[in-house]
Amino acid sequence: MKIAVCLKRVPDTTAKITIGPDGKSIDEAGVKFVANPYDEYAVEEALKLKEAAGSGETVVVCVGTDASQETMRGMLAMGIDRGVLLQVDARGADSFGVAQALADELKTGGYDLVLFGKLAVDDYQHQVGPIVAELLGWPCITTVAHLKVADGSAEAEREIEGGVEVVTCSLPAVLTCDKGLNTPRLAKLQGIMAAKKKPLEVKPVSLAAAGVEVLSLALPPERAAGRIVGEGADAVPELVRLLRAEAKVI
Amino acid sequence: MTAILCVLEQRDGALRKVSHEVLAAGRRLADGMGATVDALVFGTGAVAGTDALGAAGADRVLTATHADFARYSPDGCATTIAGVAGNYAVIVFPATATGKDLAPRAAAKLGVACASDVTDLAIEGGKVVAVRPIYGGKVLQRVRLNGSPAVLSVRPNVFPPVAAGKAGTVEPISVPAFTARAVVKEVKAPAQATLDVSEAAIVVSGGRGLKEAQHFKLLEDLAAALGNAAVGASRAVVDAGWVDHATQVGQTGKTVSPSLYVAVGISGAIQHLAGMRTSKVIVAINRDRDAPIFKVADYGIVGDLFEVVPRLTEEIRKIRSE
Repeated sequence: MKIAVCLKRVPDTTAKITIGPDGKSIDEAGVKFVANPYDEYAVEEALKLKEAAGSGETVVVCVGTDASQETMRGMLAMGIDRGVLLQVDARGADSFGVAQALADELKTGGYDLVLFGKLAVDDYQHQVGPIVAELLGWPCITTVAHLKVADGSAEAEREIEGGVEVVTCSLPAVLTCDKGLNTPRLAKLQGIMAAKKKPLEVKPVSLAAAGVEVLSLALPPERAAGRIVGEGADAVPELVRLLRAEAKVI
Repeated sequence: MTAILCVLEQRDGALRKVSHEVLAAGRRLADGMGATVDALVFGTGAVAGTDALGAAGADRVLTATHADFARYSPDGCATTIAGVAGNYAVIVFPATATGKDLAPRAAAKLGVACASDVTDLAIEGGKVVAVRPIYGGKVLQRVRLNGSPAVLSVRPNVFPPVAAGKAGTVEPISVPAFTARAVVKEVKAPAQATLDVSEAAIVVSGGRGLKEAQHFKLLEDLAAALGNAAVGASRAVVDAGWVDHATQVGQTGKTVSPSLYVAVGISGAIQHLAGMRTSKVIVAINRDRDAPIFKVADYGIVGDLFEVVPRLTEEIRKIRSE
């Protein structure tokens, strides 16, 4: 079983985000960057599938700047065998450009599965996985929260509003991973040491100009200061009155 | 004449509420660029509500009928959309579980990217300009869609349905041959019918202040009393295994914009606030007067949730029975 995991380096979700001087990107000063949390579910699933198969190879593939190497090493420390950094000078392409670079790398790799996180917690597009699948001509199942892989096919469960879809496809396939799929392992010291020696290939790529062009970023408007209605259960009737008469939401 | 395609969503032969919101978004763009709006409905036969789509803003309703469309058919829908896309300047999807799966597939077939989960839209200089919350709502990104067609998905609960006496003429379209590479073989209903936090008009969310998983019953009771309400949760309690991850609100969960959000025993971590700050009205119930949640709440009660929440449920029941 040969599995690729596609990784994105993103600001930690606990980071306070401020806007940079160009008005189109965030100010990265002082922001801690981490592996996209959903990608960690993909890494864990890849490792579990390889362990279950008893043999194979796991590869982390990342479109990013040189700084992404550090994040990729973290995945190698978890147990991924090797890495390929599709190196770009700066961020700024759209999902289609990133997907094209990934598909070009993945199409000749002989992979059985390509795993993604369901979305990146920075740009929230939910797109690169399914676009890569279309470019490769492979089946795709998104937001997978439960997965069985056997005999060259996959059966996955994905949450929809008010239900769960059970979706099947044959391999090779692209899957995007949701929270709930597994609990990502922590890297052990031995893994961290081993990761330093694992191969990490750097391939410069250039991405197509963005069709979805960022014009500007803005912080959302601050909510107007609210008020404390009161203390304890005695404040409840006044709260209910305000919700009915003033806010008109109940 | 320029035209806009709105891809609607149905389940079990009936249109979902979000379909009217997609039409409202399409209508807004159409009115800004002098275009017409076509609504596309997938199904195995007649879909309930299709005949009323003219009143909701559709100049024309296209029905794509196929035996595989009893459930969501990713490859069938994407292929059908790609087949007609050449007629359209803009294609609008709902940013639902299905729409977020389908829109990028269709966009990829057309060689463009899509703008996902859009919350505001305008036509500027003949191009679609969209606003999308990113970083889980910490930042609003304005993008211009230079691709042709412009492909986007709109967040549920954001674009109010419009009343527009359009013709809504229904015309069948042919479904091109497609390979069903991924097949939805079953849709499981949850053990109990619950509303999704991303679609409910009211969300009642609980955090660590509830102390134990079983105390979520207090919130379920409140949600039931309110009606049309879903129960949500903070990341801390989802990670603790108290409730299902599907209920998590925040940057690594769902972003919600209900008319009323009630935060119970939630301190208000930055990644949680990002996911609910666009709610129309926020109520916070917390013991800690200094909790960050009170900075975004319209109305707060400082106190013991185990006393406040049951009383609130009781008062709501009282007014609901009036």
